[in-house]
Amino acid sequence: MSGRVFLFGDDVDTDQLAPGAFMSGGIASLAAHCLEDLRPDFASTVKAGDLVVAGKNFGIGSSREQAAEALRHLGVAGVVARSFAGIFYRNAINLGLPVMVAEDLGDLADGDAAELDMEAAVLRLTGKETVVRLEPLPENLKRLLADGGLVAHLKERFAEKRLEESGP
Amino acid sequence: MMAQTPDRTVNQTLAQKIIARAAGRTAVQPGEVVTAKVDLAMIHDSGGPRRVEPILKELGVGLFDADKVVLIADHFVPGDTQEGSDILDFTRAWAQQREVTFYDGEGICHVVLPERGHLRPGMFVVGGDSHSPTGGAFGTYMFGIGATEMAGVLATGEIWLKVPGTILIDWQNRLSRGVTAKDIMLALCGKLGMDGGQYQAVEYTGTAIAALSMQDRMTLSNMAAELGAQAGLIAPDETTSAYLNSVGGDPGDWRDWRTDGGAELLAHYQFDAAALEPQAAAPHSPANAAPVSAIPETPIDVAYIGACTGAKYDDLKGAAEILRGRVLASGVELLVAPASKRDQDRAAEEGIMRVFENAGARILSNACGICAGYGADRLGADVTCISSTARNFKGRMGAASSKVWLGSPLTVAASAVAGQIADPRHFLTIEMSAI
Repeated sequence: MSGRVFLFGDDVDTDQLAPGAFMSGGIASLAAHCLEDLRPDFASTVKAGDLVVAGKNFGIGSSREQAAEALRHLGVAGVVARSFAGIFYRNAINLGLPVMVAEDLGDLADGDAAELDMEAAVLRLTGKETVVRLEPLPENLKRLLADGGLVAHLKERFAEKRLEESGP
Repeated sequence: MMAQTPDRTVNQTLAQKIIARAAGRTAVQPGEVVTAKVDLAMIHDSGGPRRVEPILKELGVGLFDADKVVLIADHFVPGDTQEGSDILDFTRAWAQQREVTFYDGEGICHVVLPERGHLRPGMFVVGGDSHSPTGGAFGTYMFGIGATEMAGVLATGEIWLKVPGTILIDWQNRLSRGVTAKDIMLALCGKLGMDGGQYQAVEYTGTAIAALSMQDRMTLSNMAAELGAQAGLIAPDETTSAYLNSVGGDPGDWRDWRTDGGAELLAHYQFDAAALEPQAAAPHSPANAAPVSAIPETPIDVAYIGACTGAKYDDLKGAAEILRGRVLASGVELLVAPASKRDQDRAAEEGIMRVFENAGARILSNACGICAGYGADRLGADVTCISSTARNFKGRMGAASSKVWLGSPLTVAASAVAGQIADPRHFLTIEMSAI
């Protein structure tokens, strides 16, 4: 499934992704303001399956995981960036939002149609010859994402533990 | 607790030693993924109970150890919006129900945690806030995580991490008068960028660091977050030990917690503290730092002395030295939000709070306040502010059109008096010995 690329620059911070003024409300009201200072029509135009692509240090700032949750809530299928801030990166994986690093974005442009292939670690651009190569995810993080995030992963782990404890 | 004897035949960094201990290993190597047991988990009212409780419920489990969880209400204090007040109610009820140590209205988590003696050298601690590296000032490996990850820690008592490399940042000589720990951090943000820390461990060393008080060291560790580091460590010394004894903490075997000579480093930077001038960072990034002396005339509307990085007792004392006997420039509003109740009480006893009041400042709650921008107090449209906080991202403290400059508490105080961004060194009283 391909989606539209929304291209951003370097150092997109958590106050852009999840503005403080809306942090006391629910995720729907917060997500409506996601990235609005950088791109006022982002929340209203992004569709399920679309991709966010950015420069370096995406998600710098706060540990508020609503920064990743807002993107997931809006249906963003994944974020590709030249680098990520550490806490955002962990939060995204924990919430089941794919995040992949691309050293070089090549001739990718805003509005391109693209398909994220995590297994092959490439971003395929519809109608363009080149592909954007991605750093493969470490195995432990691939497993977390495949499970649907940390809560689903822990649920399985605790279920197994209970099974063992009640075992033969 | 089973403790592995550290492998002394391998040269390790302070970060490696603490992580190895927490992972039940004798040594670990940068780049390895390990699972470590946490000694303490700190949460606050925003990322804490309201976010973790639904997950614990879904998992059908309780806390791994209520004695190892500290909850501090600071982000929505004083509860000046309906939603914020509801979140505080939920936080208070949860604290009772889950029987965790709880500080309510006592101040900002990163300042309250050490001032109540919860941290000691060699501990491995997670915090539900990005400025959790503050704990590194005590030789504690402490880092920030999001709420879902915190729920996982609260359920299991452990967390995975990739063992970081260490970036050694060495400051030799002494800071000049009027130049502070905050200026060191703004200069570093400017030089290294907000990703200079590469989500690795930063460790601060050198004679300039050794000369700093614990609260000034906390400012360095705190803003390791603005360098994009996972942790910001300072090896414990006599100053650390004395502080911990003074707050009823436990310095323990503090001499063991240091980077071995010959340990492999990711990078090693060296700077001269004596050559550093007061810094200010232009909107909208801490990385936009420059010496105040090089900044063109910039009139301000609001001066804000607040936050874990800029309104501790030592910060208040420094700012008061500038403000004593002076008044605010016409049209400038000065807001002061002391970082903890204990720090404010001490400042009041010593006449420091009176200096702020006499100058015409408005005193806000001992909480995150406008720095987090979660409450009713926010900067209005087109307001220019100079702030002692750690971040000046667009729209963080108020309207998207507001412009926030960052500076030390001294620079903020000097600017409040001058009505424009000003070098605090011009406002320092001449010491008797210099006459």
